Amino acid sequence: MASLIVTTRDGATRPLPADAGLSVMEVIRDNGIDELLAACGGSLSCATCHVIVDPAQALTLPPPSEAERELLDGLDQVAPTSRLGCQIAFDERLDGLHVTIAPES
Amino acid sequence: MSDYDVVIVGAGQAGAQAAIALRQLRYRGTIALIGDELELPYERPPLTKAYLAGEKSFDRLLIRPSAFWQEKAVDLRPGCRIVAVDPGARQVTAADGTTIGYRHLVWATGGAARRLDCPGAALARVHSLRSRADVDRLAQELPAARQVVVIGGGYIGLEAAAVLVGAGKQVTLIEAQQQVLARMSGTMLARFLEAEHRSHGVALRLGTEVRCIEGRDGAACGVRLGTGELLPADVVIVGVGIVPAVAPLLAAGAHGGTGVEVDAVCRTSLPDVYAIGDCATHANAFAEGARIRLESVQNANDMAGTVARAIVGVAHPYYAVPWFWSNQYDLRLQTVGLAAGHDLAVLRGTTAARSFSVIYLRQGRVIALDCVNATKDYVQGRKLVESGIEVRSDLLADTSVPLSQALQSDGILPTRAA
Ligand SMILES: Cc1cc2nc3c(=O)[nH]c(=O)nc-3n(C[C@H](O)[C@H](O)[C@H](O)COP(=O)(O)OP(=O)(O)OC[C@H]3O[C@@H](n4cnc5c(N)ncnc54)[C@H](O)[C@@H]3O)c2cc1C
Ligand code: FES
Repeated sequence: MASLIVTTRDGATRPLPADAGLSVMEVIRDNGIDELLAACGGSLSCATCHVIVDPAQALTLPPPSEAERELLDGLDQVAPTSRLGCQIAFDERLDGLHVTIAPES
Repeated sequence: MSDYDVVIVGAGQAGAQAAIALRQLRYRGTIALIGDELELPYERPPLTKAYLAGEKSFDRLLIRPSAFWQEKAVDLRPGCRIVAVDPGARQVTAADGTTIGYRHLVWATGGAARRLDCPGAALARVHSLRSRADVDRLAQELPAARQVVVIGGGYIGLEAAAVLVGAGKQVTLIEAQQQVLARMSGTMLARFLEAEHRSHGVALRLGTEVRCIEGRDGAACGVRLGTGELLPADVVIVGVGIVPAVAPLLAAGAHGGTGVEVDAVCRTSLPDVYAIGDCATHANAFAEGARIRLESVQNANDMAGTVARAIVGVAHPYYAVPWFWSNQYDLRLQTVGLAAGHDLAVLRGTTAARSFSVIYLRQGRVIALDCVNATKDYVQGRKLVESGIEVRSDLLADTSVPLSQALQSDGILPTRAA
């Protein structure tokens, strides 16, 4: 199984088993990490699934949609590689993708 | 008989989030999360969207995976219906007679789908859409159904109509008022949505009364209108709101009516009994302090946080900008604030472009926005609603000026004149 590597807010980094077909937000939530509110369940309306992608890997992802960029723009703190976890569809090709959960806003 | 420090009744959005928030605040007491449904806590919004459309499996609706609740020492009690509350003895009683004691009780029962009170309302093939069980029952009948009549032009009826017409059904939607979304939105958004639904093939019947549902062999076969006309139906969907599930609390003496009344930290009038989510009537800062109920994930989650903080002893009054979303066809609707009581509605952009916002003002202040495929307006408009300051309404309609500029000094009028 492919894995998603996640750094949580306490700074710890670990690999999570990730099913293809889920979003990065869902992989994080389903592995018991309780740091993303993900209030809108992936409907691109809350931005509470904010993660920061390892800059070295950012270009391997499909770029964010306009609506995702607009929602990210509304956040007080964004990094150049900020993404909404619900908008990154995980699949085998993303094996080893490393994301850091953004600080609570 | 078992006892818990916190008993949460209702394992839906608000109840589940209250348990999550308590553990996030490192609350160490025992927690029971009691619900009458059989499923693990799940999100309802996809029920009339991706789940009904068959695009998302039920697993993906779960608020947390099953192992989470064990790990966090939250005792789930599915399939358990609470029928009575005894605030003196500090215990609740389940339908099977079991009693459960509490130090703090959190009432998070949402509401039951309102039924029509006309003949035929209880026939088979008449469906409401509140729970997974409701949607699964409907889904079983859909393959054999050709004609669907949806009663109620609120969000649930509109979303269901969009999915079902997309699945090739012949859909008629009946609304008693002269517009859809009459309770929450102005006519500009309503007219746009009505046109969208019509262009996708939904037959809309506005200002139309239902006399009864006609049946054959115990199952619905049509909807009889006030005019006497019969609309044949293989399946009838009723989306006419909810009745908050507060009877046991009111019977125990809590103040309330259609909902249960709560104060700024979600306390009811009974000692150590809180209420949150769809069933809680509260004074909302974004409704000029009027006492209202909100039916949204935002309200459920934010009240859950309020209650958790109150229980751990760091109470904070509930203060959160209301927001809501809906998906119909390829339209992303996003609402922020509460439009009720607006005295001006400004259209920003054009409905023909299928990307626009309706901005609602009261006395020169932006109180709400309905945004359609216009996430930037939704994001920037939220700040206008939050700020509560007066803006120049002439700037709002100009799409060449970002909404955020209506907030900057040149956009603000020092007085209300002009
Ligand atoms: C089809 C649908 C689509 C929606 N779409 C959106 C949307 O797009 N965006 C949005 O913001 N909101 C949406 N909502 C609204 C949102 O889901 C609700 O506001 C939210 O679920 C409210 O949470 P709650 O915990 O108050 O109630 P619920 O989630 O309804 O949970 C209450 C639970 O308590 C149980 N219960 C009731 N009485 C008892 C009892 N006596 N004993 C034990 N258990 C009991 C109920 O069975 C239920 O499981 C939608 C709702 C529905 C039904
Ligand atoms: S979960 Fe709401 S935007 Fe990602």
